[in-house]
Amino acid sequence: MTDFTLAELVIAAASEIFRDEEPEVFATLIGTLPKLAGYVARETFLPGMMMSDGIYYLAAEPVPVGPRPGFEPKKEGHIGYERVFTIVAKGKRHAFVGPVQVDKYGQMNLSCIGDYDKPKVTMLGVRGLPGNTVNNRTSMFFANHNKRALVEGEVSMVSGAGYNPKRYPNGKYPIGLDHRQIITNLCVLDFEGRSSDGRRHAIRVRSLHPGVTFEEVQDNTGFDLVRPNNIPETTAPTEEQLAIMRKYDPHNLRAHIFKDNPPGRRAS
Amino acid sequence: MSSSVLDKRMSLADIVDQLSDGMTIGIGGWGARQKPMALIREIVKSDLKDLTIVSYGGCDVGMLASSCKIKKLIFSFVTLDAIPLEAHFRRARSAGEFEVMEIDEGMFQLGLKAAAQRLDFLPCIAGLGTDVMTHNPDIQMIKSPYSDDHYVAMPALNLDVALCHVTEADQRGNSWIGGPDMFFDEWFCRAAEKSYLTCERIVESSAFNDDHKILRMPIERNLVAGVAEAPFGAHPTSCGPDYGFDVPHLKAYNDTAKEGWDGYVTEFVEADDYVKAVGGADHIRSLPLPAF
Repeated sequence: MTDFTLAELVIAAASEIFRDEEPEVFATLIGTLPKLAGYVARETFLPGMMMSDGIYYLAAEPVPVGPRPGFEPKKEGHIGYERVFTIVAKGKRHAFVGPVQVDKYGQMNLSCIGDYDKPKVTMLGVRGLPGNTVNNRTSMFFANHNKRALVEGEVSMVSGAGYNPKRYPNGKYPIGLDHRQIITNLCVLDFEGRSSDGRRHAIRVRSLHPGVTFEEVQDNTGFDLVRPNNIPETTAPTEEQLAIMRKYDPHNLRAHIFKDNPPGRRAS
Repeated sequence: MSSSVLDKRMSLADIVDQLSDGMTIGIGGWGARQKPMALIREIVKSDLKDLTIVSYGGCDVGMLASSCKIKKLIFSFVTLDAIPLEAHFRRARSAGEFEVMEIDEGMFQLGLKAAAQRLDFLPCIAGLGTDVMTHNPDIQMIKSPYSDDHYVAMPALNLDVALCHVTEADQRGNSWIGGPDMFFDEWFCRAAEKSYLTCERIVESSAFNDDHKILRMPIERNLVAGVAEAPFGAHPTSCGPDYGFDVPHLKAYNDTAKEGWDGYVTEFVEADDYVKAVGGADHIRSLPLPAF
């Protein structure tokens, strides 16, 4: 059996968020894990995926993560911020983001925690989350699945929109609101559940990482998760996927995604 | 100071003399990139107060916050890019030292574009379903006249003044942005009553008789009221292609948020020779361009 780390398992699982994507979707990949997940998708089943070099250009080939002295990205176009905004509004984009909090509606927080006028914790600001979330497919990554991240009630400052009908005129969801998956160190969640009170787009456990139980996930989540009858184990990465990760992460930055870089299968 | 439309050259101090208490000032650049930092330092040294600052924020916002210049901040984020969280902004925001209008990045540009077209607002769907609407009760919703859809009516962000840093300018106010992204400097200038540019170097107008440069000249000279030469004037932010962020400097600056930044002001903001104080021209030129 192939040895793999939790990070490698999660990268391979996260690549699946792009499985049903448009052939030429523009993927915004922020951070080591989203980038490597996008690269795995592109190199295995989505060869037309568009992505940036992380700064200002459309990259014709994935740009390796980490230090790359002398490396010149192969460009296939310009993608300054003004053009990014026009792409966001058109909707042909999937943003894979790392907010600080998410709630049962899929609402995200990147702004602040506590009293809005004098926040206990000030973070980045809403950034582009309001626009992203009502226009683009959205997936999220949380390195630490716990109740501070997946919170009870609503997130402290709703920066990214979600499936909370009370927040929309006439309860009608915007044209592009389309949350896909939440990837964590414990499991993969999606928005394909129906809550006990009949709410659609409820957050459901899609797969459990090897050795993780539904109870452990629920105990670390601030809201009720939908539990399907049969929850599959998250699929182990293939040799091909691992080779792609090694190719585009030559300095093994993926070893720092999770504390102590645990193995993909927990020691029993 | 010259006031001719044929020669708009000014000093940094001349430009700051044009500003007054309570003004709404837009600052070009993005995060820790292409910020008019030489002008920001000049404002920090001035007596100006009660400013409304409109910025895709970086250390421009942090420095103005820690020198108590801000009455209200209109922003989407404040970050040092290479260092995600801006400590001076965080401290001041959590202390409630200024009012905020926190909006989506796309709403922000629409506010500038509405002002640029002398419109009251431009519609969008960004903001729907979020606390951007809760915390900004002045931002209205409108029903489409063509369907049952509802839109956010992003109000114009009318600026008294825009401040931007470009690569080259001539004395008439023509300018060239040499970096790979021109950000929204154009729209800050169009949204403003008056715009002032700093530049890495003042050049002869003939330098712009160049088919490649012309593609990166989004600001017409009749938008520009004054131009000041400020070599390395974006430091410690980046100014592609000439120099990247000064990450160690930004980190040291960020670390002063806790203990108070008087020492930073004395050592750098008030330095007689800023470039020398931060390590010299060769050091700045050697700073690698951002890569993520």
